[in-house]
Amino acid sequence: MTPAAASELLPATRNALSLLLLSLADDEFVIGFSDSEWTGIAPMLEEDVALSSLAQDELGHAQAFYRLLADIVADGRDADGIAYDRPPEGYYHARLLDHPRGDWASTIVRRYLYETADAVRLEALASSSWTPLAELVGKIRREERYHLMHVGAWFERLASTPGEPRARLLDALKRMGPDAGTVLAELPTELALEMAGIATSGSADLEARWRAGLAPVFTRLDLPPLPATADPAHARTAHSDAFRRLHADFTAVRQIDAGATW
Amino acid sequence: MIDAAVNEMAVRAALADVPDPEIPFVSVVDLGMVERVDVRGGRIRVELLPTFVGCPAIDVIRGAVADRLGQFGQPVDVDVTYRVPWTSDRITESGREKLRRSGFAPPTADGTTHCPYCGSANVAMDNLFGPTQCRSLFYCRACRQPFEQFKAV
Repeated sequence: MTPAAASELLPATRNALSLLLLSLADDEFVIGFSDSEWTGIAPMLEEDVALSSLAQDELGHAQAFYRLLADIVADGRDADGIAYDRPPEGYYHARLLDHPRGDWASTIVRRYLYETADAVRLEALASSSWTPLAELVGKIRREERYHLMHVGAWFERLASTPGEPRARLLDALKRMGPDAGTVLAELPTELALEMAGIATSGSADLEARWRAGLAPVFTRLDLPPLPATADPAHARTAHSDAFRRLHADFTAVRQIDAGATW
Repeated sequence: MIDAAVNEMAVRAALADVPDPEIPFVSVVDLGMVERVDVRGGRIRVELLPTFVGCPAIDVIRGAVADRLGQFGQPVDVDVTYRVPWTSDRITESGREKLRRSGFAPPTADGTTHCPYCGSANVAMDNLFGPTQCRSLFYCRACRQPFEQFKAV
């Protein structure tokens, strides 16, 4: 049984766990902030409400992961400090989330690819030996179920509506398909995570499970199969210009007034 | 105040006065947000379960709980935990009735939804997502009222 208290973890385990938490937190933070870009401009009022609510969920998950991370790194930074006080190169989210907001179809495709991969990842982490993570993931999964229902319905709707909706969806899949697998790409600390029982499945297993789940949906909707992951070794580094612009946006208030409160 | 007067039952009774900031008609006890209450060694310790991980009301609720328990004259620790996940079946029977009377449909395990105003099942979901993380939007075709339902989680 791995000790729950961060201070009792072996240094190598603590480093590996930090990187895992950073990947989870940054993924949820970046997709949550991207979702919030639709607030006020979504194609219909219902979706304006939905994307704003999704953003609130995802940013809440990010905050909870950053809090666990802050306990582990214990360098004086709190969750906000970790979330905002890094240059763009310091972020560790999957390349799939580096794509700009784009049109509605791009947002749906990115959310669909992300949520389906995230569901597989969280299912495995729910039985993590590190109790604080397993407990948080158990709670988060109950919320993510609604995200999957929402984006799954939109994905099917766009894919099965001929003309512009399907054409835009296909275009978004072509752009993001090669980056879809980056969410589940191997972390450099995977071995340490598996040895400590923090991760209960290897990334290759998770990716295979995720692809096997998507294949029948893609076949039914007559969509081209997802390509292999491009450049998996840099799945979470070397971010895009689009992300640098997003970063400038979400750090703006913090840079003007670091102690601002609402 | 003497120590003997402070016990778990008294603390839980006091918590029944702490309202949800959004729907003041229901309390944190009605919503099933109170997990452990521990009165020991001259301290009161309460565990709260957030309904949603990112619920922005949790700090307000935490403060309200600490304020309410301050009357016992002992140090109060209010912890927010995911040790036990909050699930919508934790909402008590009286909590469900209070929600209905406030115009909210309580969550149901079988996914059915009845209009809190007229009881009709002839309702349509307008949006899985609503004005707060924990609620979905519906419309009652029978009495033509929009209403919200607590998400089943």
